[in-house]
Amino acid sequence: MPGKLKAKIVAGRHLPVMDRASDLTDAFVEVKFGNTTFKTDVCPKSLNPQWNSEWFKFEVDDEDLQDEPLQITVLDHDTYSANDAIGKVYIDIDPLLYSEAASVISGWFPIYDTIHGIRGEINVIVKVELFNDLNRFRQSSCGVKFFCTTCIPQCYRATLVHGFVEELVVNEDPEYQWIDRIRTPRASNEARQRLISLMSGELQRKIGLKVLEMGGNAVVGYLQCFDLEGESGLVVRAIGTACTLDKLSSGSAPNTNTHMPVFVEDLPSSSGPPTPFRALPTSSSPPPFSPSKPCSRQSSSSDTDLSLTPKTGKNTWPRPSFPFSSLPSPTLHIGEFPFFTLTSFPPGFLLHVGGVVSARSVKLLDRIHNPDEPETRDAWWEEIRQEIKSHARALGCHAVVGYSESTSICEEVCILSASGTAAILNPRYMREGCLDIGCTDHRFEEPSPPNCGFCHIPYDELNMPFPAQLTYCYHCRRQKVPDVLFTTIDLPSEAAVAGKGCLIQARLCRLKKKAQGEANATAISNLLPFMEYELHTQLMNKLKLRSMNALFGLHIQISVGENMLLGLASATGVYLTALPAPGGIQIAGKTPGDLSSEHISSIQKRINDTIAVNKELYQINPPELAEEGVGSPIPEPRHRSRLFRSHSESSDELSELDLSHGKKDAFVLEIDDTDAVEDIHSLLIDAPPPTGFYSCNTENMPGISNWTSGVQMFTSVRVLRLSNANLTNQGLNKIFTDLCENLLKSFYFKLRSMIPCCLCHLNFTVAVPEEELIQVTVTAVAMTYDKEQTQEKTAEKPINKGSLEAEEQLQFPLELCADSSSSNIQTASKISGIINSASVDYGSFADRCSTWLELLRLKAHTIRRGSVKTISSLERCSPLQEGRSRSLRSSRSFGGSSVTVVKMTPLSFLPGTRIIKYLGIINMFFIRETTSLREEGGVSGFLHSFIAEVFAMVRAHVAALGGNAVVSYSMKECVFMENPNKNQAQCLINVSGDAVICISETDQESSASTANTGQTGGSETDGAT
Amino acid sequence: MSVELDVFVGNTTIMDEEVYQLWLDGYTVNDAVKVRMEGGVMDECEASKDVLLSDTMDQYRTFQMCERLLHSPAKLANQLLFQIPPHRQIMLIERYYAFDDTFVREVLGKKLSKGTKKDLDDISAKTSVTLKSCRRQFDNFKRVFKVVEELKGPLVENIRQHFLLSDKLARDYAAIVFFANNRFETGKRKLQYLSFQDFAFCAGQLISNWTVGAVDNMVEDMDVDLDKEFLQELKELKILITDKDLLDQHKSLVCTALRGKTKVFIEMEGSFKNLSRGLINIAAKLTNTKDVRDFFIDLVEKFIEPCRSDRWSAADMKLYLTHYTNSAHILDTFK
Repeated sequence: MPGKLKAKIVAGRHLPVMDRASDLTDAFVEVKFGNTTFKTDVCPKSLNPQWNSEWFKFEVDDEDLQDEPLQITVLDHDTYSANDAIGKVYIDIDPLLYSEAASVISGWFPIYDTIHGIRGEINVIVKVELFNDLNRFRQSSCGVKFFCTTCIPQCYRATLVHGFVEELVVNEDPEYQWIDRIRTPRASNEARQRLISLMSGELQRKIGLKVLEMGGNAVVGYLQCFDLEGESGLVVRAIGTACTLDKLSSGSAPNTNTHMPVFVEDLPSSSGPPTPFRALPTSSSPPPFSPSKPCSRQSSSSDTDLSLTPKTGKNTWPRPSFPFSSLPSPTLHIGEFPFFTLTSFPPGFLLHVGGVVSARSVKLLDRIHNPDEPETRDAWWEEIRQEIKSHARALGCHAVVGYSESTSICEEVCILSASGTAAILNPRYMREGCLDIGCTDHRFEEPSPPNCGFCHIPYDELNMPFPAQLTYCYHCRRQKVPDVLFTTIDLPSEAAVAGKGCLIQARLCRLKKKAQGEANATAISNLLPFMEYELHTQLMNKLKLRSMNALFGLHIQISVGENMLLGLASATGVYLTALPAPGGIQIAGKTPGDLSSEHISSIQKRINDTIAVNKELYQINPPELAEEGVGSPIPEPRHRSRLFRSHSESSDELSELDLSHGKKDAFVLEIDDTDAVEDIHSLLIDAPPPTGFYSCNTENMPGISNWTSGVQMFTSVRVLRLSNANLTNQGLNKIFTDLCENLLKSFYFKLRSMIPCCLCHLNFTVAVPEEELIQVTVTAVAMTYDKEQTQEKTAEKPINKGSLEAEEQLQFPLELCADSSSSNIQTASKISGIINSASVDYGSFADRCSTWLELLRLKAHTIRRGSVKTISSLERCSPLQEGRSRSLRSSRSFGGSSVTVVKMTPLSFLPGTRIIKYLGIINMFFIRETTSLREEGGVSGFLHSFIAEVFAMVRAHVAALGGNAVVSYSMKECVFMENPNKNQAQCLINVSGDAVICISETDQESSASTANTGQTGGSETDGAT
Repeated sequence: MSVELDVFVGNTTIMDEEVYQLWLDGYTVNDAVKVRMEGGVMDECEASKDVLLSDTMDQYRTFQMCERLLHSPAKLANQLLFQIPPHRQIMLIERYYAFDDTFVREVLGKKLSKGTKKDLDDISAKTSVTLKSCRRQFDNFKRVFKVVEELKGPLVENIRQHFLLSDKLARDYAAIVFFANNRFETGKRKLQYLSFQDFAFCAGQLISNWTVGAVDNMVEDMDVDLDKEFLQELKELKILITDKDLLDQHKSLVCTALRGKTKVFIEMEGSFKNLSRGLINIAAKLTNTKDVRDFFIDLVEKFIEPCRSDRWSAADMKLYLTHYTNSAHILDTFK
């Protein structure tokens, strides 16, 4: 029994009126964890009850702590009839289980009801006391940190990247159980919310176990998804990258890195990992505690660690043997899939990038007969991953980065998709056995220049996996580069680019006959290759039209509906100076005289004009190169694909399609029929963003880095009803394209007050919720930037900035010990753990600070001793301290005080601030249902308030953890169903992100300087530094 | 093909002040779009009509959701649903509680009841303020009235604290509440020339001088009800017109003081007795609720109109009243 969970119910406010007669409420609270329930007293006749309850204590296993949420139910007492539920709060206590994260959860939580939405707020304090010592603790998976962020989190340093972790659990969907016929919608929704909360807890715990087995302590790029398979069940699956992370500072000193974390340079690459496997089970024996519990009996999981060697197929690289085959099995199954969910890497990590690899598979869902053995789902993903791996091999790469998986489900058909970027990584950073590095080519011995190295082809020139046009790198002139590069990762910070990037989207609709079962699946898988081909062609043409030569953050989504397939590819186009300049686009008639040459030349002119305008717009002025005789063969334009894809209906059929146009000259678009004319018109339809706006779908906007502090995250949903039943593919395409374009236009208009600004991380999700509906969901962040400085070359900025800041920090001796710039970090961090490292007088902060600063100040005052205000790092971490001061604050906060501002962003950073602490992962699932749709303002009113409520609940949880921002926020799921005739609607939303404390960089400086002056006061730390 | 659903939700709630004003003014979405188009927003961001419509709808929905919170503005600061920067909150509240002078002039002094609410469409037609806006303003008056009715302490301060309004707006509301409570008649044709601000000034004076609160500052309704004792005492002024000697004495004192200081001295002297009677009679009747209601109309009829027909200027009036009061103090009876 390793933990004691304590909860205290303080007060409520803004409660709804439950008793019409008195216009008041007699509220009380039930606090439930696992199977234990406590109740508060009834607080009669009040809409702002003060319960001030005792501490409710739950003595529980750490396994339960990880899986279960704390469930708080607010009820209205009724003497004569059943008590009415006002609403619930689910609190995920996972963040309390890591030593470095939050130590107390305390604050106002919205009371949520699945039928009525938010109904007032409740003030709760939650703490966890862990009895076991640290060692014991680490044996369970409680200590493993999770990050949604797809780069190494700020204020951490990755000493080792262990590799891919995955897990899935399945269960029956409560909505489809027999009992659902007799219970209320509310009960059904709550059962579902609770089940999913349990399942994600369980999933996270299991992934944590795998990470511990691998010797890691964190999962970065954690991506968890739900598959609502309807009748056949509910699947929760997750992938991530296991890492060993070191905290860069002892918590007092700020992080020295703003954007890019530092990997240790002098890591011993051959002597094995510094963290030995301690006491690991040598086989895949069950974890040290029993995984089955009453509440999750139905769910279970299985590994996909088949020890098969992947089929070699057409690998261009011989499959090397694992050098570590003698080690325990856990290392092996990591080698099985050398995948990384990370999308940005420290400089030097990524050696070469091959191109996008993707795989899709169409499956027929059947009822999960035995939830304890979800083997079929595992096997499906296993297949797909093998395929991805073999594609990567074909590109001469040993790893896949920027890897992600997704599904699209319609009735019983499910499309599984996976994609990533084939790459060669620097073996120095890898745990051995993690990658097949046996065959390091001599080509890679000589160090590649940092700003073009990743563009160099990883595959063998003589044995190319597809026809490609190679030239010598325009930077170093030594290595070959392709003419175009497609990737799913972010633009490496060291890459040399010309001008700015821009969002490029390919959109496509394909009608499909309605069909059932096998026939339907076949029809879909027959359509897939054509869709991919067309999307690819569109992307390529649009890229050329913008005079760019590389795509980053490519994400292709194919969504299936009953009578159509939707394809949406989004990426950020950029001009890489290492790659050859893109050629133009030529228009030609099928046969001379086929169409009036005048018509053709007018289209040609429009295209040329557009290219010229775009060059201007995105400021693409690549440095003119002195044409050397040898180095620059004039690229013979040829359209060819870097995209490997395949699809299989029943998995054994593995087809690989060469997407190149054969020998045909690809930049020539032929006009042979009206369709082609339409296609060209649609190419030109994409309006450039209005002046003052830029857009991208990646973490960093190529060409802009001088962000100012304006940040506006938003979610937008649009559903279109196709009234005309006799639509053609062309017509649909037009409608779909307009839908996306209009959404973008709407954003530009709404955010016009932020100009100059950039829409970053534009994430479009498409769905076909019903036969004639198309749903597009977009989440993005608008960020302002300083227009004056944009002209500067920004390619090397992040690195410079990092080192510069490191230098700045060195000016303050007290922070020296926490600085990570040198190789003696090990000893340094040890010291910082012991000594009282900081003497920052938080009390002298200006009042602009947000609540957490107030809190620190409060603490600084409580700990103040004599004239010198010294806070030891140990004291600062003490949960008791924090708890006391926070509860003090929260009890005062009722009434006048305003709410903590919580910023949200889908990016891993907030401009102008640095993250000083990660408080844990936010992963929330909500259902909202209504039977009075009209009264709630129709579907738009209903969804509008629901999304606002979801934001509010995320913010409240972050604030309760002591945070002031959410980074890497994403809305993974937004399933909307309506039945206007019955006046009903239902919506499911799943969001996730990392709760953090970040402080403004200017604040940091002021605190540092006060620290400096404080030092002269003569604290003990002087001697230490 | 039609847009079935269209929402945009920002983490920080996006609100356009112009659209907010249109919403407050009771424009329908389509009318608001028209106004915005004419205003030239479209050129700013190459927007189309659809974009404008979608944006307007979003904002209208947001405002509707906020409206509940605006009814008790203190909630706006500690609610969790919308993240609105403090200065925007102040703007939202201030504008929500702002009102049209033309509208308030129509309902000033009327009972804030359902009956009055039913007449709002007539008022709307008369003032050309949209019915929706009329309703909002009327409900605001009623809400403020209801809340402060049960509170102790100074009226203006209560309004300011409860509704987080600016001092100016809080004073205006105090006037409205004061008038509604005492049901002063303001709608008569003879009073039409007076603006709301004129009455608001009077209300301010009455509150600070004639109410219970003027004497004791910790009673209920202190600033809303006129001080009964004071009104009772006013009856004693009657002696100024009933006692012939006193009346003459008073007149001579006033006239002495006024002589040579005004162009209308002759008229003043001539009408002194009439005017004094008028004033004192009004004052003496104020214990009667009905006469309280007619306070302003009586003042106009019995005092202001005669003065006006004699072409007094505002300065003359002030001078006259100052000396009228001062002289009374000199009289032995009031020493």
